[in-house]
Formats: sequence, C-alpha cells, structure tokens
Amino acid sequence: MTRDELKQIFAEELETIAPEVDLSNIADSDNIQEYFDLDSMDIYNLLAALHQRLNIDIPDKDAAKLLTLKGAVEYLLLQLQH
Amino acid sequence: MGVFTMPSLGADMEDGTLVEWLKSQGDIVTRGDIVAVVETEKGAIEIEIFEDGKIEEILVAEGRKVPVGSPLATISGTDEAVVSEAVEQAMPAAVEAPAAPEAAPEIVSIRPNMDDISEVRASPAARLFAKEQHVDLNGISGTGPGGAIQLRDVEDAKPPPSKRGIDLDAMRHAIAAAMSRSKREIPHYYLTHRIDVYSAQNWLENYNLQRPPPQRILFGALLIKAAALAILDYPEFNGLYEQDRFKTSQSVHAGIAIAIRGGGLAAPAIQNADQLSLPELMVQMRDLIGRVRRGSFRASELTSSTITINSLGDRGVEGVLPIIYPPQVAIIGFGKIMDQPWVIDGEIAPRPIVQMTLAADHRVSDGHRGGLFLNAIAEKLYAPESL
Repeated sequence: MTRDELKQIFAEELETIAPEVDLSNIADSDNIQEYFDLDSMDIYNLLAALHQRLNIDIPDKDAAKLLTLKGAVEYLLLQLQH
Repeated sequence: MGVFTMPSLGADMEDGTLVEWLKSQGDIVTRGDIVAVVETEKGAIEIEIFEDGKIEEILVAEGRKVPVGSPLATISGTDEAVVSEAVEQAMPAAVEAPAAPEAAPEIVSIRPNMDDISEVRASPAARLFAKEQHVDLNGISGTGPGGAIQLRDVEDAKPPPSKRGIDLDAMRHAIAAAMSRSKREIPHYYLTHRIDVYSAQNWLENYNLQRPPPQRILFGALLIKAAALAILDYPEFNGLYEQDRFKTSQSVHAGIAIAIRGGGLAAPAIQNADQLSLPELMVQMRDLIGRVRRGSFRASELTSSTITINSLGDRGVEGVLPIIYPPQVAIIGFGKIMDQPWVIDGEIAPRPIVQMTLAADHRVSDGHRGGLFLNAIAEKLYAPESL
C-alpha cells in the first residue's frame, strides 16, 4: 500500500468519526487532536476503525504517533510491513 | 422503527401541548423537517425530526398536553431513493403549511412578544420563524403582496444549517435555561478531593494491552462506574428535587456531560450504570457520545438522569466546579490526570493524580456525607479490579 493510499484511508476514517473536520486545511505535521479538538473517545474510535480497516493492532501507547498525518502514514506503513 | 417524542426544551419543561401537526400519517419526512408545533411555557416552538423515514402512526392528537418524553408518533425507516424523491414533493407543502391562514393566527396568538419586529411587513409565520432562527427581518426583501416578507423569504435568508444536524442555538438556549435555574434555585456546596489513580491506570493499561482496539476501555468508564457504585450507599445524592421535595431514585442513571465540538453540551443518561460491566458501559458510552455528536439523541435520554458526571478528559484542566443540572441534586466533576508530586511512606514520588469535585444541593445533603461519598468513589478507584 502506498503512502497516498494510507493517507486517504486515514482521512476517510477520521472524517467518519468527526464529520466536521476538514483535512484540506492542515499541514502534514499539524497535531490533529489539537487542531480538530478530538477527545479520548474520538481517538479510541480512530484506533478501532483503523484496526478494522487495515487489520492491524495499534497499542494505546502508540496512539500519539497517529496524531499527525505524516506520523500516522509512516506508522501505518511500518505496521503493515510487519 | 423510531419513535418521535415530546422533546425537552429546557430543564424546567415538564410537558408540552401539541398545538399542530405539520405532517400527516404516511408522510415521508427527512432529518431536519419541522413536523409539529408544541406550546410550552416559553411559547410555541417548532419541533424538528432527526431521522429520515415515514410517519407511520400519529399517537397524540392536536390540543393534547403530554409529559416530556412521551411518544408522539412512530417513524419507520425508508431507503434513500424514496426519501430524496419525496423531499421534492414534500418541500412545497412544508413551506406552505405554517403560512396557511387558518394555521397562522393560532401560532401567533401564543407568541405575543412580537413588538420588536412589528414595523416590517411580514406574514405571521415568517415572523415566528425569524424570531426562532434569530434572523433580522429588516435585512430581508419580501416577495409577498405589497413586498411583505413570507416564510420562504426568511428561510432563504437563514444561513444553511450545520451539517451535523445539531441546532447549536437551541442547545445554547437549553443550557442557559437549565443553568440559570440551577444557580437561582439550588444552594450548591462544593467539595474537592485529589486521588492517586496509579493503580487504576496501571490496571487499565494491562487490560487494554491484551485486547484489540474495539474491545478496550477508556479511563472515563472507570470513573463513571466507580461513582455509580459508590452512590448506592449515598442515596441523598441520587434522585430528583421536584415540587419542594427530594425523591431518591432506586436506579442509578448516570448523565454524562458530552461536549459538542464548536460549542454546546448535552448530558444524556446511561441507564442503570451501576449494573453494567465495564465493557457494557464502554459500548453504551460510545453509542451515546456518537449519537450526541450526530444530533440524534432522544429527549428521554436527556431527562432521565439521576446524577451527572462530568469528566474533562485529557485535553482538560486540573479541576472543575460543576453546576448541578436540575432537578438533579448532585454532579461529580473529574479533572484530567496530571502527574504530580505525592507523598508515599514519607517519600515524595511522581504519581498520576485526579482532582474530583462534588457539587451538591444543600437542601438535600450536607458536606460531611458529601465527603464520605467522595471517599467512597476513591476507594472504588483504588480497587479497579472490582469495578
């Protein structure tokens, strides 16, 4: 899976959880939790959605790595290679 | 099959009179349609529906007064093709219905406070709609006879609703009414207590480590369960104060304060929270928070809480002094977990600390019992495996 595809999947799942977010405005290194005011339930839902969509397990302690677009794509890429 | 119920339009609303149905049995409705007019102490209020479907059966006749939460009509689901087709047919009817001459005077007669906009020529339905939507009639050019503003002119002028289906203005009004009443009527007292949640956090980390994301539990669920269990021994904090009397509740329906991104707040209840296992509680929290943010919670969920719990979460601050949601008599606030210096066996060590606050109604309980109640919650959190 390419970086662009992963970015697309991540964006889709995030928009399902928080329909009012607009990812077109943010930079790859912006913190999405702060930018979109996501709470712990949103992050929980994001982990659950990525788990279901990509069939990967994301430990809670790694959740912080998913909080930027860039970080999320790199993290997911690495997990999928394992 | 959904049920359309008499909504709560403020904490002090107990019932409402169904003045008029704007839709009939068999009509297709879409989310956001105004389907009925309800008269309350605050005047006539148009009631929207929050789901797509067909009005299967109207259960309450025009002119009847029913309690908040009563079923008004049953709604059956329908596929998208039918809905979008029907929207086009239904739209003109929805626009015309409130403006019909026989309907308009009835609505206006119970909303006398129209003087502020009386110099503009506008139909009664347009005035009513403009007032409720906070649209200034002065800025609108009318298309009716003699340039009079009609309902459709106001609707065209109104900014498009937010796509999440929550009327934030209405929500702000409801919060204002409830909180003003609370501060006016309830003699609050506040107690705070800081607790070390190391063992709770540690237990939860181990629990979650062994499970895939959808089966994990959030720390907030532990807080709700601990409070719901502890309150069983402190019934004076669990119940409703109505008609100058407190009535304790046999069940624990924990209202959870849920923030809406962009402003707004709702505190719907998790029924019988004390009897749910942590995974069950988590499923319900997830469902409720999701629905609140989509704007699809039920009026009954807003009115059945017997205590409210407000957790600020990890983006919050150290502590909160919450305001009781009437007619409840207590609310518990949790600040975010913060690593702080803590003394254990004479040594200072960093520990994860949560500040817990109880705001309670002094007409019903006293600080001594409140303190014991907070300590009881702390004890539950010190033994997370028994939650």
